[in-house]
Amino acid sequence: MKNSYTLLLLVFVVFSSCGDDLDDNLKASAATQFKFTHQWNALTVSSADFNTLQFINANGEELSVERLRYLISEVTFTRGNGEDIVIDGHHLIDVTEDSGLTYTPELEIPTGFYTNVSFTFGLNNEANMQNYIDLNSVSFNVPEMLGGGYHYMQMDGKFVNSAAEEMGYNYHAIRAVDNVGSNPTFPQDTFFTVNLGAVNIASETIVEVKMNIAEWFRNPNVWDLNVLNSVLMPNSEAQILMSENGQSVFSLGTVTP
Amino acid sequence: MKRLSVLVLLVCLAWSCSKDDAAAYEAVSTPLPLKIPPVFKENLLSPIIPNSNPQTIEGVALGKKLFFDRILSGDETQSCATCHSPQHAFSDSTPTSAGIDGDFGTRNVMPLFNLAWNYGERFNWDGSELSIERQALTPVQNPIEMHSNWDDVVSKLSNHSEYPTLFENAFGAFPITKTLTTKALAQFERTLISGNSKFDKYLLGDATLTPQEQNGLHVFMDEARGDCFHCHGSPNNPLWTDNMFHNNGLDSSFADLGLGATTGNPSDNGKFKSPSIRNLAYTAPYMHDGRFETIDEVINHYSQGLQNSSSIDPLMKKINQGGVQLIPQDKTDLKAFLLSLSDPSFLNNPEFIN
Repeated sequence: MKNSYTLLLLVFVVFSSCGDDLDDNLKASAATQFKFTHQWNALTVSSADFNTLQFINANGEELSVERLRYLISEVTFTRGNGEDIVIDGHHLIDVTEDSGLTYTPELEIPTGFYTNVSFTFGLNNEANMQNYIDLNSVSFNVPEMLGGGYHYMQMDGKFVNSAAEEMGYNYHAIRAVDNVGSNPTFPQDTFFTVNLGAVNIASETIVEVKMNIAEWFRNPNVWDLNVLNSVLMPNSEAQILMSENGQSVFSLGTVTP
Repeated sequence: MKRLSVLVLLVCLAWSCSKDDAAAYEAVSTPLPLKIPPVFKENLLSPIIPNSNPQTIEGVALGKKLFFDRILSGDETQSCATCHSPQHAFSDSTPTSAGIDGDFGTRNVMPLFNLAWNYGERFNWDGSELSIERQALTPVQNPIEMHSNWDDVVSKLSNHSEYPTLFENAFGAFPITKTLTTKALAQFERTLISGNSKFDKYLLGDATLTPQEQNGLHVFMDEARGDCFHCHGSPNNPLWTDNMFHNNGLDSSFADLGLGATTGNPSDNGKFKSPSIRNLAYTAPYMHDGRFETIDEVINHYSQGLQNSSSIDPLMKKINQGGVQLIPQDKTDLKAFLLSLSDPSFLNNPEFIN
């Protein structure tokens, strides 16, 4: 009898180890997926639109995007009572390679109404001091002389300058740094929180996060690529301008239950 | 008997839910994990090893024998190692290399090391091969390389005095095929790991950089000077390559389209894979066509020799001035740093030489 019970238990364990969870419908939590889409104002942008001078920024410069990848972290769901559900970790979106365009956190979110969904653009300073093998492996690092850590965003492309010549730009967002070298200092945080607004999670939910690339060049600082086009990583003033412009770049798109 | 039935039942149940699709030959050979250098373990994702071709002692041994065996070429005068010479970090010392008929190709032989960390799995200068296994198929049948054909090679291997046993030891009692042959070659190539340079030892606290090497590292990492790190790795990416494709301003028009010929996208014209800058001491000449004989020439190219074109990478700076305009001291120091990435133990590793 004892053996039979043992056998029954073993068979149960083996079956349950490879079976799909049948209790999903009974849970008061749901999977969420973030879908990252990109626009130039009203125009939808994907990697297929790269490498062509087809955008005009607020300063009137014709430009292209050739490479765009950026980092988000600490996605947070906030309830009306102020309670936060924080999804630890980061996620890299590489538009050039069409990778990371969706992000499905492992953590399921309790169903209900959330007054805000937010994330950090880039990494906060503490997170930025860690060693991430996934980001190292795709060469997203910032040199130690600039404080180390990682890029928040790498956007490269070309623009037509005031001499009507095509030239490259490197709009790379990192933690603003001064005194570049062995003892760098950090004048101001340049990661920032993106607040998407209220979302109701009733069941499995897809949240669209929209990035209007044009905003990086417009609001509140009209970006003059003739002046600020490359070697911006050690330029703390440029980093602060990028951070300010980034605040209006993201918005909530469709939320699909 | 009853217990046996229970065991069989449990094994069957466990088997039924296994997602492991590794080839059946795992059962006949002995796993051989890659020897991953400490700086790789600390900083990089795990290497890519296909489920269909796990590393085994027998597979690697077979791959090594094949790599150095001239039997793969049409007239049995060349092996893989003829062009991928261990003494040159598995590259060649000439701009391009001659095949068995004396015909030269148009590309410099790429060195072979740390291939399992090519996460995008695009191989060759132009990204035309999507795995090491597939890459190994081409040179054997290329008329300007080994100029053989796989039917002949398989026939010779099958009638050889040693190979049938070696293949059976590695893959089980299956007929020898080109697929198994390239699997064995790929297993050997994945063992070619270089991560024991002076700079690696420096990262581990076991070596000290000279002031020249230290300044050279700063030039390499400084966006306002060399700005090499965006494409060629960093102390945190010890592959010292992004394994991506860039137009680095070699030409204003292209005799060789590079990645563009692979993708058909004009925006990719003139783009070639960033090679690792490890082992530059052994891999001259440089660039996809071997146009530069020395490291100094390479540095001068980025400093003052850039050629503009529509697909030049935006990371190439000061193109109108020809490049980043390094001062002589920075050039010298940059070279010193680059040479600190040389790994002599890679050349002399008995596991890698015949």
